[in-house]
Amino acid sequence: MNINELMPFAVLVPLIAAPICALLPGRILPWLTAFFAAASSLAIMSGVLPEAVDAPIRYAFGNWMPPIGIEFRVDAVNAFIGLLVSLMATVILPWARISVNQEIPERQGLFYALFLLAFSGLMGITMTGDAFNLFVFLEISSLSTYALVAMGRSKTAPLSAFRYLIMGTLGATFYLIGVGLLYIMTGTLNMVDLAERIPEVADTRAVQAGFAFIVVGIGVKLALFPLHRWLPGAYANAPSAITVFLASTATKVAVYALLRLVFTVFGVSFATAMPYAEVFMVLGLFGILLPSLWAIEQTNMKRLLAYSSVAQVAYIILGISLLSVTGLASGLVHLFNHAVIKAALFMCVCTVIYQTGSARISAFHGLGREMPLTMIAFVLAGLGLIGVPLTAGFISKWMLIQAAIEQDLWLAVVVILIGSLMAVIYVGKVAEAAWVRSPPEGREPVKEAPIGLLLPMYLLVAATYYFGIDTRLTLDIAMAGARVLIGAGP
Amino acid sequence: MEWLGFYNYWIVVVLMMIGFYAVISRGNMAKKIIGLNLFQTSAFIMFISAGKVLGGSTPIYREGIELYSNPLPHVLILTAIVVGIATTAVGLALAVRVHENLGSIEDDLLSEDDSDDETST
Repeated sequence: MNINELMPFAVLVPLIAAPICALLPGRILPWLTAFFAAASSLAIMSGVLPEAVDAPIRYAFGNWMPPIGIEFRVDAVNAFIGLLVSLMATVILPWARISVNQEIPERQGLFYALFLLAFSGLMGITMTGDAFNLFVFLEISSLSTYALVAMGRSKTAPLSAFRYLIMGTLGATFYLIGVGLLYIMTGTLNMVDLAERIPEVADTRAVQAGFAFIVVGIGVKLALFPLHRWLPGAYANAPSAITVFLASTATKVAVYALLRLVFTVFGVSFATAMPYAEVFMVLGLFGILLPSLWAIEQTNMKRLLAYSSVAQVAYIILGISLLSVTGLASGLVHLFNHAVIKAALFMCVCTVIYQTGSARISAFHGLGREMPLTMIAFVLAGLGLIGVPLTAGFISKWMLIQAAIEQDLWLAVVVILIGSLMAVIYVGKVAEAAWVRSPPEGREPVKEAPIGLLLPMYLLVAATYYFGIDTRLTLDIAMAGARVLIGAGP
Repeated sequence: MEWLGFYNYWIVVVLMMIGFYAVISRGNMAKKIIGLNLFQTSAFIMFISAGKVLGGSTPIYREGIELYSNPLPHVLILTAIVVGIATTAVGLALAVRVHENLGSIEDDLLSEDDSDDETST
């Protein structure tokens, strides 16, 4: 079996494992199945990535040759994202086992089945080369995510899930309408085929409307700044394991879908003809400043990090609005780095929730002495979020600043720096609560978290620093991916 | 009166706006779901009506027929209808859970923020 035939199994293994998981009794068996599925996806993707950087890997389903049949088409960009998603799932699952045992004690088979469905949906969005197939995978992952969010312990979790469902379905239907308009104009759904046929009809109102529908639809999914309303509630009320998983993968995959459609399908010349760069630039700048400001105000730690996620997505949007190789590469690198950093931060906060039962900032008072390892991990990962040198966050912000300077956008540079200063404030707020404030009167002493929660957390913290020093994996592949997207060679 | 020839798209636009408006303006979760259904249906009609070829026959292979309508949009929309039903089912199930937990399904009267501790339940 060569790598071309193995590649679709990165999606198929979790998809097939999901119903098996739902049938398995107890706690260990479903978890083992889920972990095995995620790990095999990771193994396949790590084999695919080096090959895909050289030339795209294609697989036609049912031997129906594209454009008639559906194909998976993996190049440097989606191999990179696919590796990220499967890596995060594999790292998060061992951590999730402990927190899920506490939060969802019964019927864990169903929980892991939904987790695998969400995971395979995200992988499918990443791999597919067909615009309609992307919609199907988008809905597979979204529907299972709504159910997962509703499984949170908080009473308001179903409400958050409902609001997410309304926004998410509107977004997906917008995408469907956009794809419909493109299909009417070109008669194809295959992305490569679409890219060939769109230039002929690029000047029509229908294709331009299709572009707008697709960008807005996916904008909802990636929590593009004014469309982000669903995100803080969904992240705050979801079970801990799901918050960590969503924060590190769901919005990232949506960003990938946007990149793929805007750059590969429509092409840079189409995007420059539309007011795409200007709109995204403005949304990116406001999206960095306002959500950072809201993050500072939050007293619920999960919400604080959720708003910070919205701001971090805006950095990526700013990078890709520059329409240059450096800008796109900075977006892709930040996508990877932010996924790692934010997963580490959410793991720290959720570990505190595991031990104290509260996400309020008041629960963090004095924890620096009682849970030193968790809080040190938080500060170390927080430095990455701020973008201190030697961390992964520094690499991506440095790239972004370089890309902005290339085009003399000094305002963007100033905004990036202000955004980083605001990150100092909200990370500092937690550090202050942990070390400066004393624990509230009469609180039972809090014990340090079990080793099973600390290990994956420190693995991600170590990755934050590793990718800040050795950038071969992230930066080089991101540059290759950016060149593929912009259309300058493989 | 050329625009009348595209009456299918006018129906799509009108349905889409009614559905979209209902989702945004109504606070009641059941009404939101109805609006969402209308909105999705309008997208389905757009796909299906675009598959009609003028003078084309139903896409079933028969002797003596040269021109067929395009069957692909129908197939796509079958998938999308299944997705729509699943969304409606999940949405309604969530509305039931919201009513059990919070005693109301008026979205704009409810707050997502658990005012006291998250684990009080």
